[in-house]
Amino acid sequence: MAKITLENLAHSYLPNPKHEDDYALKELNHDWVDGEAYALLGSSGCGKSTLLNIISGLLHPSQGRILFNDKDVTNAPTTQRNIAQVFQFPVVYDTMTVRDNLAFPLRNRGADPTYIKDRVQQIAAMIGMEDSLNHKARGLTADAKQKISLGRGMVREDVNALLFDEPLTVIDPHMKWELRTQLKSLHHEFGHTMIYVTHDQTEALTFADKVVVMYDGRVVQMGTPQELFETPEHTFVGYFIGSPGMNVLAAEVQGDTAVIGGTQIALGKGFGRPTGNVELGVRPEFTSLSAGDAGLPVTIKRVEDVGRHKIVRADFQGTEINILAGEGENISPDMNRVVFDNAGINVYSNSWRVAPEVA
Amino acid sequence: MNKTVNQKAWFLILPVLLLVAFSAVIPLMTVVNYSVQDTFGQNKFFWAGLNWFKEMMASERMWDALGRQIAFSTIILAIEIPLGIFVALNMPKKGFWASTCLILMSLPLLIPWNVVGTIWQIFGRVDIGLLGYTLAAMGIDYNYTQDFYAAWATVIVMDVWHWTSLVALLAYAGLQSIPDAYYQAAKIDQASRWKVFRFIELPKIMGVLMIAILLRFMDSFMIYTEPFVVTGGGPGNSTTFLSIDLVKMALGQFDLGPAAAFSIMYYLVILLISYVFYTVMTNLDKRDGH
Repeated sequence: MAKITLENLAHSYLPNPKHEDDYALKELNHDWVDGEAYALLGSSGCGKSTLLNIISGLLHPSQGRILFNDKDVTNAPTTQRNIAQVFQFPVVYDTMTVRDNLAFPLRNRGADPTYIKDRVQQIAAMIGMEDSLNHKARGLTADAKQKISLGRGMVREDVNALLFDEPLTVIDPHMKWELRTQLKSLHHEFGHTMIYVTHDQTEALTFADKVVVMYDGRVVQMGTPQELFETPEHTFVGYFIGSPGMNVLAAEVQGDTAVIGGTQIALGKGFGRPTGNVELGVRPEFTSLSAGDAGLPVTIKRVEDVGRHKIVRADFQGTEINILAGEGENISPDMNRVVFDNAGINVYSNSWRVAPEVA
Repeated sequence: MNKTVNQKAWFLILPVLLLVAFSAVIPLMTVVNYSVQDTFGQNKFFWAGLNWFKEMMASERMWDALGRQIAFSTIILAIEIPLGIFVALNMPKKGFWASTCLILMSLPLLIPWNVVGTIWQIFGRVDIGLLGYTLAAMGIDYNYTQDFYAAWATVIVMDVWHWTSLVALLAYAGLQSIPDAYYQAAKIDQASRWKVFRFIELPKIMGVLMIAILLRFMDSFMIYTEPFVVTGGGPGNSTTFLSIDLVKMALGQFDLGPAAAFSIMYYLVILLISYVFYTVMTNLDKRDGH
């Protein structure tokens, strides 16, 4: 168990990176606090797996240092870092039995046979494979194999960190939920530092204490699920997290008013005079339809009833706006305005959030 | 789905049947024909029953040749398979040197058998051959035409030189198909190099390796040209393998009957061993299948 520090870390897959765009992972300073569960969230190709492989030592970074408990391990090979990692697709040792697969990492480190036996039994119970311990791994289904991979990742108790690289991709939905719960309880029990890479926001939000959102090789925000929801630091966080994502509208902001496509809106807070490409971000949860004169004039395109609530897809001067309406709410044809709740308005300049002035 | 029964469909396999008849069955039958008859010349044959087979079964000469043949195949398999795997493991995985290696490796495979024989025949000569001359200059008594061990060593090294590439290329292809994640997981699990080979690489190349073993076995069991060119089966009979012995018998002594019986038994032995190989291979797959 260790605190993991990344210092000026960056990585490029090119031998001589020149421009910032050449970097798959842009310069990064970050502390992974000992014993916390993190989710690394982002779309495909944003550098999540690169970061994970650098931490586990499978990849050597182009620049910067990695410290475990303030000890430099940048040049230490994977085997010396004592890290467990589970990959996206199942990796099992085909010719071994399930039992031998689970015992493999322990045997390689010369653990005591009676301890191995107990520990393997324990892990097998955790992944629900006690019955098939004596089967060969080769003939098993993909999700059984992935459970073995997960088990192999969890079998060592003394690891510095547990890394998961989209481990539940091939698992059945109901099993997904169960395994995620198992991982969480494992985390509570042993307090490993865990980093869980995923592109599924539900997975990230339910698993982690802290969610790290990555976009285009950069960490754009780190925070609790609530922080990510209420104050997205970057428009990407806004629309990547939430279903549907945040509405982003080009606007002119002056003090506490914004002008969007000719309509003036009160913001309730002062934002000064942000420059650059200024946008307003409002989550669908903070919008409502109205039949009055206030708000932005919109045309309703369609209404999707998703069970718990309704999603109204509306059009405002060519931009789509999503509005969340209660399940029982009546949507009448004369509702042609959308109103924003001040508490949910964020202002962005060049995609980054502008903090409101303190009143 | 219900299949319609139509016995006329059998006619559809007639072309294949004819082709196989002309290419394999009829030639084989002429051999069978010779194996059960005897002749005193003038193209007159008379029935000999299974006498030739009985004679061959009792023939010390054939058993000796079979023994040498088995020894030869065993030795070259024992060298070529591990060596081929070792070479494949050490070949570069990608880039310029990977292609270069592949081309260099495949060169020996493209050389005709008798040319390979001639190359080694000259290479090993004490008077003008680089190998023979060098060994002689170093004071090593090497003469493949007179010395039993030198002859065997030459024939084996020649075969290893000629065919290890095949095993290496097949193993290399098998190794290339292993996803990176397996090696990464092995590092995470702190597996030693030997364990990576034993539990990841070997199981993954087992399939192609079986094909390599089968091919090398069949080929080496039928070897004729190379040792014939180099040693002519000598010194004495020490490198007279089954094919060489068979040709001596059939064409040298013109003992058609015994040679035909010999051929058929030779053929059956290869068929039998290949069948055993095949069964073992498919059973290996099945055993892991559940």
